[in-house]
Amino acid sequence: MTAVITTAAGIARGVRSGEYPAARVLEEYLARIAAHEDRIGAFLLVAQERARAAAEAIDARVAAGEDPGLLAGVPLAVKDALCLAGLPTTAGSKILQGWHPPYTATAVARLEEAGAVVVGKTNLDEFAMGSSNENSAYKVCRNPRGLDRVPGGSSGGSAAAVAAGFASVAIGSDTGGSIRQPASLCGVVGMKPTYGRVSRYGLIAFASSLDQIGPLAGTVEDAALVYQSMAGADPMDATSIPGDLPDVLSGVKEGREAGIAGMRVALVTELCEMEGTDPTVARVFEETVKKLEKSGAVLVEVSVPSLVHALSAYYLIAPAECSSNLARFDGVRFGLREAGDDVEAMNRATREAGFGPEVKRRIMLGTYALSSGYIDAYYGKAQRIRTLVIRDLEAAFTQADVLLSPTSPTVAFPLGARTDDPMSMYISDICTIPANLAGIPALSLPCGTDDAGLPVGLQVMAPVLSESLLFRVACAAETLIGALPPVLL
Amino acid sequence: MSAVASDPCVDYEAVIGLEVHAELKTKTKMFCGCRNEFGAKPNTNVCPVCLGLPGALPVTNRKAIELAVRFGAAVDAKIGRAVFHRKNYFYPDMPKDFQITQYDEPINAGGKVEILDAGALHTIHLTRAHLEEDTGKSQHQGVSGRIHDATSTLIDYNRAGVPLLEIVSEPDIRTPDQAKQYVNELRAVLGFLDISDVKMEEGSMRVDANVSVRPVGAEAFGVKVEVKNMNSVRSLVRALTYEIERQTVVYREGGRIVQETRHWEEEDGRTHSMRSKEEAADYRYFPEPDLVPITLDQAWIEAISAEVPGVFPSRRAVQLAEQYGFDLDRVASVVYTPGLCDWVEAEIAIGADPLRSLNWASQEVMAHLNETGGEVAGLALSKGVFADLSSLIDDGTLSKKLAREVLTEVLVSGKSPRTVVSEKGLAQISDESELERIVAEVIGANPETIEKIRAGNKKVVGFLVGQVMKATKGAANPEAVHRLIDSRL
Amino acid sequence: MSISREDVLHVAKLARLALSEEEISLFTVQLGDILNHAAAACALDTEGVPPTAHPVPIAHLLREDEPRPSLARGLVLEEAPAVEADRFRVPRILDET
Ligand SMILES: [Mg+2]
Ligand SMILES: [Zn+2]
Repeated sequence: MTAVITTAAGIARGVRSGEYPAARVLEEYLARIAAHEDRIGAFLLVAQERARAAAEAIDARVAAGEDPGLLAGVPLAVKDALCLAGLPTTAGSKILQGWHPPYTATAVARLEEAGAVVVGKTNLDEFAMGSSNENSAYKVCRNPRGLDRVPGGSSGGSAAAVAAGFASVAIGSDTGGSIRQPASLCGVVGMKPTYGRVSRYGLIAFASSLDQIGPLAGTVEDAALVYQSMAGADPMDATSIPGDLPDVLSGVKEGREAGIAGMRVALVTELCEMEGTDPTVARVFEETVKKLEKSGAVLVEVSVPSLVHALSAYYLIAPAECSSNLARFDGVRFGLREAGDDVEAMNRATREAGFGPEVKRRIMLGTYALSSGYIDAYYGKAQRIRTLVIRDLEAAFTQADVLLSPTSPTVAFPLGARTDDPMSMYISDICTIPANLAGIPALSLPCGTDDAGLPVGLQVMAPVLSESLLFRVACAAETLIGALPPVLL
Repeated sequence: MSAVASDPCVDYEAVIGLEVHAELKTKTKMFCGCRNEFGAKPNTNVCPVCLGLPGALPVTNRKAIELAVRFGAAVDAKIGRAVFHRKNYFYPDMPKDFQITQYDEPINAGGKVEILDAGALHTIHLTRAHLEEDTGKSQHQGVSGRIHDATSTLIDYNRAGVPLLEIVSEPDIRTPDQAKQYVNELRAVLGFLDISDVKMEEGSMRVDANVSVRPVGAEAFGVKVEVKNMNSVRSLVRALTYEIERQTVVYREGGRIVQETRHWEEEDGRTHSMRSKEEAADYRYFPEPDLVPITLDQAWIEAISAEVPGVFPSRRAVQLAEQYGFDLDRVASVVYTPGLCDWVEAEIAIGADPLRSLNWASQEVMAHLNETGGEVAGLALSKGVFADLSSLIDDGTLSKKLAREVLTEVLVSGKSPRTVVSEKGLAQISDESELERIVAEVIGANPETIEKIRAGNKKVVGFLVGQVMKATKGAANPEAVHRLIDSRL
Repeated sequence: MSISREDVLHVAKLARLALSEEEISLFTVQLGDILNHAAAACALDTEGVPPTAHPVPIAHLLREDEPRPSLARGLVLEEAPAVEADRFRVPRILDET
C-alpha cells in the first residue's frame, strides 16, 4: 500500500487545503506499520488511538477554517528519548520501563502545535549511546534497505521509520552523529542543528553540551519544515539561543531554484581520506562531489588538523557528562528499583540491573575521566582539544562556505558485526563528531547506493547558526542527485 | 604530619572556620518556578526540574543572583564572572545525584565581616560566598529518629532546589564566642538586607564548623575536624567548646586527631564521629553543561551595591558608642535587632534624648519584641515616639519611670505618648499647691523621721520622698518633692 | 595509559554500579583500550589553550522570580517505587554526606 503522497510538505498542503484529511493520511501510515513493523522494529510504542484523536482534531480545525499549522496532519515518529506526557518513555533502557513522564519536551510540543501527528516512540540505543541501535534494551531494529543490516544509531528507529514509510518525518537526537549516521545508513535526510537552536527541554540527556534534537525526513525540504517548526529560544532551556528564528524555508527554495553555482564547498582532508573508509563510500562520495563541481560549485580542500583527535576528545567528554546525567537513575523517585539492605546497595543493584553494558561502560569511562587525579589528563585535555577543533573549523569556514565529507565511513554493516569491539563501533562516528564538538549545524542526505542498494550519505557542515545556508546547499545537492524515496516493503 | 606536639604543659588555641548556608528569600527555587516556602505539604512544591526527572533542565533565578550580589557588596567581596559546577555524589535527598554549586569561580570571592570582640572590632575574612541548591528533607524512621539506627528514610523534596548562599570564612576565628559574634553579625547582615530569613530553628540558616587546635604561638594548623548538626547559636557555642576541649585533651594525652566529620548531639552535649569513610570523597566537579557562565553587568552590580548600607552592626555599635558615649554592650543589643537602630537614630535626629532613647530601645522595646515575638517593622508607631517622650520628661509632665510606663503602653496600643498620658491621667503632679498639701501630710505623719533629719541624718529624706511618691501613685515630680521637703525643714 | 582492576573497582563504587566479576575483567580491558586510543590526544600539547565547556557562547539566561505551577502530588508519587506518608521511601542510609 502506498500513500497518495509521502512528503511532509505535500501532506501538509493536502491536509490544509482539505484535499486529504489528516485521518486518512494517518490510516495509510498506520496500515504500513501494521503490515511491516514486525520485520523492522522501528517502534517501541505505536500510539494509534492518541494519533487518531490528534488527526481528527486537525481535520476539525481545517473544517472550522482555522490554520492547522505548517505540519498539518504530518505523521511524526519521536525518538523514545523525548518525553511526551501521557505516553511511557524508556530511553531504550530497562531502568525506565513503565515510566510516564509528567511533561512533554518543548520540541515535541511545538511540532504537535504545528499540526504534526505523533504516531509512536521509536527504538534507539539505550540512552542514545550507540551507533547501530543494537544497544536497545527492548528489541532489534533492522535497516529497511537491508534487513540483515543495522539501521545505525542511536536514532536508528527514527531513521528506519522514515525509510520504511512508517512516518513521514521523525525527530531524533544527535550527540556524536546519532541523527546523521542512521540517516546515512537508512537513506534518509538527517540534520543536527546548531547547538542551542532546538530546546533540549524534555530530551533525556546523554551529553548535555553535545546533544541536539533534529529532524529526519525523506527530503531536505521536509527536514527544514520540521526544523522550522521546533527550533527557537525556549525559556526552559538556558542553553537555547535567544533571538528570532530565521526562515530556513527560503534557503530551501533558493537551493532548489538557484542551485549551488559559485558556492565554495570544501573537502575536509582528515575526513575524506580516512583509513577504513569503504571503497564504495569513497567512490559514491567522489562522484557526488564531481556533480556538485559540474553544476558550478567551487571546490576547495581544507585541512582541519585537530580532527584526528576529535574522536578521542568526544569519547572523554560525552561519557564524562553522561556519568553525571545518568546518576539520577538511582531507584528513588521513578523507574526501576531493585531491593537492597541500605540505600547504597539499592542504588547499586538498581543500576546494575537497569543499565545495559554500553551504558555502564560509558558511565565507568566518564566517571574515571572526571575522577580526582585524572580529570586534567582526560576531561580537561578533551575540553582543550575541543577548543582546537572549534578554532580549526572556524578557520576552515573562512576558506569555504560549507564543508563536505561522507557521513559515515561505511554503509550499513551487518547486525552483530561490531558488538564485541566498542572501539570499532565508536569509529562509525568519526565524521559526524566534529560538528557536535564545535556546535555547528550539519546535515546528511543520501547521495547514492552501493551495489546491494545500501545508501551512502553526504555530510554538509555549515558555520554556527548558518542553517539557512546548510539547507540551501543540501537542497541544491538533492536537486542534482535526486531524493531516495521510502523503501516499499 | 600533625603540627601539634604532645606536651601536657602547652597551652592550646583553637582555629575555627565556619561554613554558613543561608536559604535565600526568593519566591521560587534556584532553578525552577516551584515555590520556595517553609512548611508546605510534602512533595507539593516539586516539578520535573527540582525532582531531577529525566530531560528537565535548570534555569537560574535572577533574584537569587541579585541577593548573592547584595551580600557580596555588603561584605566587600570581589563580584565577578560566576560559573556553576556539578558536585557529583549520590544521596537520596539530592534528586539529580549531583548538586549544582560553584567551584573555582564563585559569584563572590573574598570579602570580610567585622565582629565585636571584647569591646573592639575584629575582622573575619571570607573565602567566598557562592550560590548552590539545597537538598530535600530526610525523615529517618526508627526508634530514635536518628540516622544511625533508622530502618528506612522518607524524603520530601519541597526544599530540593531552594537557593542557598554558602558563606565560607577563613580560619580566622579563635574562640566559641567569636564564632557566636560572627554568626550574629552574618545573621544581622543577611536579615537587614532581606537576603535570608536566617532562622536557624527552621533550617533557613545552617552552620558547620571546621575546628582544629594548635599550641599557642604555632603557625601550622592542626588536623581539622568538621562539626555539623548545630541548630542554634547556643548549640554552636556548646559544640565548639566541647570539640576544642576534646581535641586539646587528645593532644595532651599524646593522641592524634583524625580528619573526620563529627555530629553534634544536643542531648548528650558531645560530638560523635560519623561512620568513617573508606575513601576520601571524590566529587568530580565539572562545569554544569546546562548553564553557561554568568557575566554580571557592571552597572547592575553598582546599582545593587548602591542600595546596600555599608555599615555592619558591629561597626555601627562602635560608632554610636563613641558618638554618644553609650555603653557598647547596650548598643549591641540594639544594632543586632533589625530596624531598631535605624529607629533610634531617626528619633535622635528629630530631638530625642540619645541616652534615654537607647535605654528605651534596649529595654522596653526589646522586652516588647521578645514578649510578642514581633519585629520592629511590625510595630505600628508614628514618628517621634522617643522625641515626644523626651520632651514630656523635659517639661516635667512625666517622670522617667512614668515615661517607661507610657512607652510600654504605646508599644502595645500604637497610640501616641501624649494620647496615652491624657487617657490614663499619667501626667505627673507639678501643681505645687496640690503637692504641698501632700508633703505637709507626709511630714505630719512621720515625726520620728523629721527628728532624724534635723539631727543631721540627710539620708532618710529619701524615705519621705518615697512616701510622697507612694501617696501620689508615682505621679509626683520627684525633684519638686525634694525641693518642697527641703524648704519645709 | 592502562587502567587497573583497582581503578575499575573504585570507579564502580563512585558510579554506584554493582559490577559482576565478568564485567570487572571486561571493563578493565575495554576501558584500557579506549584510553589507549586516546593516548595520542592526551599527549597533545595544549599549553595556553582554554577549555571549552559550551560550544556556542551565549549570555546566561535568567528567569524572573515568579512562581509557576508545580506538579500534582499524585503525578509525582505514582511513579515512585516506594511511598509512605506522601514521601519517597528508601532503605536506611549508612553514609552521611
Ligand atoms: Mg556547599
Ligand atoms: Zn521545581
